[in-house]
Amino acid sequence: MQFSGWRVLKEGLTGNKGWTPHWRDPQPKSEYDIIIIGGGGHGLSTAYYLAKEHGLRNIAVLEKGYLGGGNIGRNTTIVRANYFLPGNSEFYSHTLKLWEGLEEELNYNVMMSQRGQIALFHSDAQRDAAARRGNAIINQGDDAEMLSVEKLRQMVPFLNYDNARFPIYGALLQRRAGTARHDAVAWGYARGADQLGVDLIQNCEVTGIDIEGGEVKGVQTVRGAIRAKKVAIVVAGRSSLVAAMAGMRLPIESHVLQAFVTEGLKPCIDHVISFGMGHFYISQSDKGGLVFGGDLDMYASYAARGNLPIIEHVMEAGMALMPRIGKARVLRSWGGIMDMSPDGSPVIDKTHIDGLYLNCGWNYGGFKAVPASGNCFAHLIATDRPHDAAAKFRLDRFATGRGIMDEEGTGAQHNLH
Amino acid sequence: MRIAGQGRLGDAKSVSFRFDGRQYQGLEGDTLASALLANDIQMMGRSFKYHRPRGALTAGSEEPNALVTIKAGDAREPNMRATVQEIYEGLEAVSQNRFPSLGLDLLSVNDLAAPFFGAGFYYKTFMWPKSFWEKVYEPMIRRAAGLGALSDSADADLYEKAYAFCDLLVIGAGPAGLMAALTAARAGADVILADEDAVMGGRLLAEVEDIDGQPGHDWAAGVVAELEAMENVRLMTRSSVVGAYDQGTYAVLEKVGHHKARRRDVPLECFWRIVAKQAVLAAGAIERPVAFRNNDRPGIMTAGAVRAYLNRWGVAPGKCMTVFANNDDAHRTARDLVQAGVHVAALIDSRHDGPTSDLFPVIRGAQVCNASGRKRLESITLRTAGGEEKIQTDCLAMSGGWNPSVHLTCHQNGRPVWRDDIAGFVPLPGAVTGLHVAGACNGAFSTANCLREGMEAAKTALDALGRKPRSFDLPTAEDGTYRISPLWAVPGKGRAWLDFQNDVTVKDVKQAAVENFRSVEHMKRYTTQGMATDQGKNSNVAALAVLADVTGRGISETGTTTFRPPYSPVAIAAMGAGGAEKGFAPERFTTSHRASVERGAPMIEAGLWYRPSYFPKPGETTWRQSCDREVNMVRQSVGICDVSTLGKIDIQGPDADKLLDFAYTNMFSTLKVGKVRYGLMLREDGYVMDDGTTARMGENHFVMTTTTAAAGQVMQHLEFITQVLRPEWDVRFTSVTEQWAQFAVAGPQSRDLLNGLLDEPIDGESWPFMSCGAVTLMGVQGRLFRISFSGEHAYELAVPARYGDALFRELVARAEALGGGPYGMEALNVLRIEKGLITHSEIHGRTTAFDIGMQGMVSKKKHCLGKPMSEREGLMEADRERMVGLKPIGPVQEIVAGAHLFTKGDPAERVYDQGYVTSVGFSPTLGHMIGLGFLKNGPERMGEQIRLVDHLRGIDAVCEVVDPVFFDVDGGRVRG
Amino acid sequence: MRITCPICGERDRREFYYQGAAMARPSEDAGAEAFHDYVHLRDNPAGVTRDLWYHEGGCGAWIVVERNTLTHEILSTELAEAASLGDAS
Repeated sequence: MQFSGWRVLKEGLTGNKGWTPHWRDPQPKSEYDIIIIGGGGHGLSTAYYLAKEHGLRNIAVLEKGYLGGGNIGRNTTIVRANYFLPGNSEFYSHTLKLWEGLEEELNYNVMMSQRGQIALFHSDAQRDAAARRGNAIINQGDDAEMLSVEKLRQMVPFLNYDNARFPIYGALLQRRAGTARHDAVAWGYARGADQLGVDLIQNCEVTGIDIEGGEVKGVQTVRGAIRAKKVAIVVAGRSSLVAAMAGMRLPIESHVLQAFVTEGLKPCIDHVISFGMGHFYISQSDKGGLVFGGDLDMYASYAARGNLPIIEHVMEAGMALMPRIGKARVLRSWGGIMDMSPDGSPVIDKTHIDGLYLNCGWNYGGFKAVPASGNCFAHLIATDRPHDAAAKFRLDRFATGRGIMDEEGTGAQHNLH
Repeated sequence: MRIAGQGRLGDAKSVSFRFDGRQYQGLEGDTLASALLANDIQMMGRSFKYHRPRGALTAGSEEPNALVTIKAGDAREPNMRATVQEIYEGLEAVSQNRFPSLGLDLLSVNDLAAPFFGAGFYYKTFMWPKSFWEKVYEPMIRRAAGLGALSDSADADLYEKAYAFCDLLVIGAGPAGLMAALTAARAGADVILADEDAVMGGRLLAEVEDIDGQPGHDWAAGVVAELEAMENVRLMTRSSVVGAYDQGTYAVLEKVGHHKARRRDVPLECFWRIVAKQAVLAAGAIERPVAFRNNDRPGIMTAGAVRAYLNRWGVAPGKCMTVFANNDDAHRTARDLVQAGVHVAALIDSRHDGPTSDLFPVIRGAQVCNASGRKRLESITLRTAGGEEKIQTDCLAMSGGWNPSVHLTCHQNGRPVWRDDIAGFVPLPGAVTGLHVAGACNGAFSTANCLREGMEAAKTALDALGRKPRSFDLPTAEDGTYRISPLWAVPGKGRAWLDFQNDVTVKDVKQAAVENFRSVEHMKRYTTQGMATDQGKNSNVAALAVLADVTGRGISETGTTTFRPPYSPVAIAAMGAGGAEKGFAPERFTTSHRASVERGAPMIEAGLWYRPSYFPKPGETTWRQSCDREVNMVRQSVGICDVSTLGKIDIQGPDADKLLDFAYTNMFSTLKVGKVRYGLMLREDGYVMDDGTTARMGENHFVMTTTTAAAGQVMQHLEFITQVLRPEWDVRFTSVTEQWAQFAVAGPQSRDLLNGLLDEPIDGESWPFMSCGAVTLMGVQGRLFRISFSGEHAYELAVPARYGDALFRELVARAEALGGGPYGMEALNVLRIEKGLITHSEIHGRTTAFDIGMQGMVSKKKHCLGKPMSEREGLMEADRERMVGLKPIGPVQEIVAGAHLFTKGDPAERVYDQGYVTSVGFSPTLGHMIGLGFLKNGPERMGEQIRLVDHLRGIDAVCEVVDPVFFDVDGGRVRG
Repeated sequence: MRITCPICGERDRREFYYQGAAMARPSEDAGAEAFHDYVHLRDNPAGVTRDLWYHEGGCGAWIVVERNTLTHEILSTELAEAASLGDAS
């Protein structure tokens, strides 16, 4: 079914009886060409591009719970292409372009809002680092501008300029960055993949990976065994657990990241704004809630919930940056499981097992990567060659030291990224 | 209307307040909702999507409709619930989400367009034309969204945070909570009893039933009085326990000042962290509405809320009341109304076997299937076996049963358990360690059961605390059976509301299921049910039941969404108390701060420290003028710079040298006493962590310096090495950064200056470059290090911090007498760049010893932390970006840090990127700008001309690649 | 979240710095692969784990905490000095 304003009008006039399922609920077959383990943003987009760009349809996505129930279902919805290290630059450039065409591609309104990201800096050293980054972004062909404090005062007058502990020196602006509706992205890709014939199997936890003679043969699930020629692991925070089924140890440590939304308010924040003195980022959803977050809780966790110290620190950062939000009330907090890698950058690579592919290590930046991650992972799975935009996301870079992409510069401690 | 002689406000004072610009009278103790209802005002808000007129649905914090903005200007508080906002003299309140007024809201046209605004409609449209989303549709949606508006100004109210500790935290002061608190307190435990209401008593405040022969609320007041008198009890009213965190930490939001006129000196709210060894959840239950066509009219509210308005506030919300219920409990509403003299036209019971009454007409086996009256209820339509009939009524009390308030038990991933007998969810036992549940929140609805469970829960807690309870009798109270027959939605045409605020109806849930959003999480996200400010308190169970029904599953099988903190919304300013302005992080000041400020030096942040940027002299109007002068001054006479902020770690013990050899890449065990050495420290992944100098003060005594930025990190690192990796070493160390004030005395005249100050003179033989030792000056014990960050003949002089201010002033005076003076961070930076010395701009966490040209400093004779990983092939490739000096040549003489480098002739694009610039400065010594940067194959490209591009500031220059040491390459000056 | 420092007693989590899994450092000649494993690879269990915390806001002790990453239950704490995580070669 094609979605459009006319369809909404027509259905509204005829009692809304014509809507059809967004996706089927097929029973899993006993065999597929490709199994994708993980029905989150990256898994669903991988399935979509495998079908759409590579014409492969005999595919199943196996999701342990409900589609899009992981990190894609609870994040701060930021989309940007402002990474600066080679490897990341080309990838995020690719993802942003895919975002810009996504609604048309999926015939689904993902509510992509390129409202701009303002990344503040608070010292000369931070300005220099921002300049290196901004120039790298422009070298890549994307957009970046340096904003003076004067310009910022005009654009975002409600920031604390005059009595801040860490005064604002300026900011890096990326106009093409912004936000998108996270659930819509998952559902758009799911619907798209399903319409192309991909089987989306929910409530189908994978419990084992069958390997013989260094080759993948299929998986074991709570709904029975399924054979496959190729198996792709894309399960974010649970990557270590699933990889262990194939006897692999990954350079991943799983951590909890909390995020928050306030009650709905009339429009008051028109950009994505990030603080330079510690992690803090905020935007306003189209429903009016302020959506914001900060750093990890910092201890390894699979609990998908966190504790007060970081909550308070995030709130304090909010008050330091924009004291007008004091009376906005936090409505809900939630936590996800982040697959933290030693350099903060991801892995999209084959493994030493034939037919087994790995996509992980998105730390807490996975949402913006959804389109290109799926697009590049699909390319790798279909052709056995990396996509140009993801060629540097190799698993072996930690062992060789070649092509480390440490954006934060904090080194090989997983939770520092 | 107010009923004389009813309610518990007694002789309360009259209070005047304003709502939407009109003045009204209420009584002290009224909430805004009860006061408005007393004034016959039913309509208090508009719904989010359809802008339908709405009245209060409830009498509590779960209220979804009556959200108002309190106060104005910078004190403005949006989204306050009229049902919990206590009125005070002069309170200003306005309704929200309507334009131009509550009575006439233009956006109510959305209601007519409802068929087009079903679940998920916005995902299916607004895509064409492409540019319209951002320019037209989204701005429209954003303006229509949200309820209240934030003030433009900073939040100027006072907020505080506090900690409290106790043996037992009792959450909720209804009958169960009061009994639990009493039981534990009488046993001598430290008890905190918290309730979100202003008065303790819970449902007892809203009911007329007796406990121990006296009205329930009087019994409650008596218990409160006893608890108040006990030293081991803290009572917290207006305090909502909003989150249950690990190991017994509870988040509590206390509303300190919301019930009074604004005061700037008293906190508006206090955010508590309460650490409780044990806790009892006695949070009660929240009544469910019933879904039927137009069940959202102003004047339709829950049956329990009607009893609260009547029995607590003495207000009848209507003159001609009706009741619609599927359970026995709601019959009490009709009974209480009649006994207060209020007319009850009918009680409609959906069950054929519900109780009858002599007091009011009961129609059994019937359902309300419609309600009319747009701005206030006028009539309801009921459907019986015989057909449909209308009843005139201006207030309908509805009850679909009660939902135990299980929320806190779900905060640690616990999922509640469905019980068919009460048609509700109860907590999963043990879902939160140390939290015991009692009373209505546990599915025990009779007063007697609440009292009993409260006592038992306290006993369980006391047992865990190792305390014995004192025995006493439970008070007597009603022990009725809770009889209910589930009724989630009345079948029929039209829209029947589930989530009132977000305008989610039964149709929406059904449509979600049709579109295959069949899991409860999908349904919720697709329809937005449960995502409003009440977070599903009024709709979760009914929506789940409708979904279960429509998908042919049982309720347990369909599941439940989870509850997350906070239980009720908490202001960012409360959880972030202390974070605004300077409170966000500590400020660290050097001993020369005051003197620097006196001289007009702009002070800039260096981490948490403040350091002077430059010291302007009269006549200087730009920072460059001051900086150039200060650089010349250091190179020509002498300059003074406060370097106290660099980390200083005093290391002692027979194995101190082993520690240094392990932490540094180069040898320190060979360092002689009285000598200083520059060292490089790696992270375990082989990258440079920090650099600094370490001085050997004695055989077993070293003083290490670190950079300012990495001081804490290095300290932690040394602790890690000595505790985790090498606990067998005999070494001790401590940070002495704050204990010593340390100043650089740099320039050709530095020794002359010092010889005027030190008690014992020094010369080039006794104090060669890189020597150290104890000195005295004016009788004060100090330390002298002959080290240099400027490349000049220089020293660092350290005294105990209490002498810092005096020493700084003394040094500056003496320097000025020699034609020198103080210098700041700008000059410091130029001086070190001239000498090719690195800071964290170069060792930014991604560079190795190899990259900065210091691979020779990684000793081949010994292991050090980080060495194995530093030898990874990828970290030693020649075409890595490696440190070089840069000198602009040609017409563009300006260079900036952050610019990227390209081979001359190549486009400024990523695939051609050859490197980047890390530090720049104008060198007055050389007369042009200089910079340091990293270039692929850098050291092999000396003399090459490369292109330097900074798009952001429009700079495209040509530079010569040079040695990073721009000046005095042989280092003769520093050894002078 | 509360952690019992063996020296200071039960303290709030906010007083501590978390590093990561408590792994024994390879001996200096153990080779690149052993160090790669030590620095990068992790078991990362959904269950009981041992990790290294530093009582930064207190006594400065490094502590090995045994806890459950699914439930956040703290099972035990001991001074890192006693945990034999160095190679002592």
